[in-house]
Amino acid sequence: MTEQNGARPQMPLGLARLGYSGVIQHLAAGDASSALSADELESRLIELGFVEGVRVEVLHEGIVGRDPIAVRVENVTIAVRRREAMAIIVA
Amino acid sequence: MEAPLMHLALVGTPNSGKTSLFNALTGSRQKVANYPGVTVERKEGSFVTPLGRQVSLVDLPGTYSLRGRSPDEEITRDIVLGRTPGEALPDLVLCVADSTNLRLTIRLLLELKSTGRPLMLVLNMFDIATRRGVTVDVPRLSETLGVPVVTSIAVRKGGTAELLRRTDEIIAAQAPQPARPNLWQPLNVAQLRATQREADRIIAATISLPARPDTWTARIDAVVLHPVAGLAILALILFVMFQAVFAWAAPLMELLATAFGALGELVSDTMPAGILQSFLQNGVISGVGSVVVFLPQIVIIFLFILLLEDFGYMARAAFLMDRIMGGAGLHGRAFIPLLSSFACAIPGIMATRVIDNRRDRLTTILIAPLMTCSARIPVYTLIISAFIPARQVWGFINLQGLVMFGLYVAGIASALGVSSLIKFFMWRDYAPAPFMLELPDYKMPRPRSIAIGVYTRAKMFLQRAGTTIFAMMVLIWFLASFPQPPEGATDPAINYSLAAMIGKALEPLLAPVGFNWQIAVALIPGMAAREVAVAALGTVYAIEGGKEAAEQIGAVLATKWSLATALSLLAWFVFAPQCASTLAVIRRETASWTWMWVTFGYMFALAYAASFATYTIAVALGAG
Repeated sequence: MTEQNGARPQMPLGLARLGYSGVIQHLAAGDASSALSADELESRLIELGFVEGVRVEVLHEGIVGRDPIAVRVENVTIAVRRREAMAIIVA
Repeated sequence: MEAPLMHLALVGTPNSGKTSLFNALTGSRQKVANYPGVTVERKEGSFVTPLGRQVSLVDLPGTYSLRGRSPDEEITRDIVLGRTPGEALPDLVLCVADSTNLRLTIRLLLELKSTGRPLMLVLNMFDIATRRGVTVDVPRLSETLGVPVVTSIAVRKGGTAELLRRTDEIIAAQAPQPARPNLWQPLNVAQLRATQREADRIIAATISLPARPDTWTARIDAVVLHPVAGLAILALILFVMFQAVFAWAAPLMELLATAFGALGELVSDTMPAGILQSFLQNGVISGVGSVVVFLPQIVIIFLFILLLEDFGYMARAAFLMDRIMGGAGLHGRAFIPLLSSFACAIPGIMATRVIDNRRDRLTTILIAPLMTCSARIPVYTLIISAFIPARQVWGFINLQGLVMFGLYVAGIASALGVSSLIKFFMWRDYAPAPFMLELPDYKMPRPRSIAIGVYTRAKMFLQRAGTTIFAMMVLIWFLASFPQPPEGATDPAINYSLAAMIGKALEPLLAPVGFNWQIAVALIPGMAAREVAVAALGTVYAIEGGKEAAEQIGAVLATKWSLATALSLLAWFVFAPQCASTLAVIRRETASWTWMWVTFGYMFALAYAASFATYTIAVALGAG
């Protein structure tokens, strides 16, 4: 289940465009300007399946500011705001 | 000797099909109530196992973990841990999983294991998973997890047979075993991550995941979540829903109103005139009747909400509306409840249960009564047709229609304004709930599950009409009927009543907004339900026929009131908390008197301010 994709530069999922597909490198909950505490945000992301090594794909975007985004995580689709998705570092 | 009642609890992530399993096991033998002191819904049902054991089953709120980050999730944690006073520690916890999506549930199950409660993993929707090419090595999964695993198809007849059989086996085997200790501790981030990794390892070893995702969901979402087409579809769905609530419900509502009217007539014909007759006819029958007529609207709204929820569309609507509503400090999930409030604030407030964050939910409840509900329409229609000339403006717009539209806009604008203020003043330091939501695969709604859901809501509504609302109606009837007019009185009976005394006492207070004492009197029974004010004005002005003669009332009002007073009353009805039933629902849904009084207070203040401004400006412009 773990995939490495060292060739591509790392970026937060919050900046990803529609159709982007990548693998989660790590979670940086402290870097997202979420209203949640870093621990709480990280816990919630893990609970929704955002764990290192998992492939994610941006399937849909909202109309205002391309926000929120619908992300395919393994075989589940999760809607998150880009603000919280900034904590998910992908490559 | 009869075996003791077994307590089972259903635990699972949101969208795991927990509710359809609950409905399949218990059928209509369900009780819905609130857990004491919180707004969390408590759903309990019962069934008998094949071996004849009586089982009580609670459907616990969906959760991804036992951390208890919301009141709902705390309930789930506390019941599983046996920490809730008055709630039985479950003899067996059924952990329900959507078989097409086991990752998150297996992690939850690993956490549940540490509580020491006997557990069983139920792989629900197993038919869909099989169709999609998911294969599960059930014996191996059971062995690896150390927990019995059964498959089930909740929506198919007999689909829970294996679940029931295994439940009997577990019950039979359990008694001699000593209970395992509870070693549960809240997981920190590292432990959570480790548990998810272990879950992923177990899945890799025992389950082969489908090569193909659900193509139907992808196809539907390509249109439904498209930024432009998606919003157009949402608008279309809303249009149909409104059409249904207003047009389809109308004949049924008329039927109910006629039936209650006939019942009242029957009472007045068969009983001797007097206090008892007046109490039954005006207090009980017309009072409860004026609320029960909204039952068709409530059934239709919940039918739509449950269909969309079951289909999987609700999460999409929230996704589409999240940023659009976010500007006013509202959560994406507040959209549907606010929409329902255009029919009636009562189902709207009840529908706020889909919002899991308490503060987001409270904000939505506080502003829901500002949406123009259908009970305001008779009042608006009466005053507009009496005072606003039916002429065209700019060649093609009817002025009466324009005023009506303006009143709707005023309601929406004030709701958004109040929500922004609440966000700014009350919860400024509070972190807004992030929008993180699973978009489940689409599923065909199950008629049986929908029917049970609508039936449960309708029953709750009628129970309330029979208790709280009934009590309010009796009080208002009493105020409007006592003391009785003296012998040979010429004025309408209400003029001698307590209501009239209160009206006259209130007159100085209401004079600045242009209301006379007759309006003040009409506003009192109008507290029961807004449209009652129309009939009450009729009574006060001694007009025969009440509601049926609405045009006649209008003609009388046009001669008695100034335009400024009429406009002021319209402004009043946009804001005023003129509905005891709504206040009762707020009290019940928030489990707090405080929030009921906050709603009453702020709406009253807004109504007074708006009416005062309207009246003063209208008088200054020469309409006094």
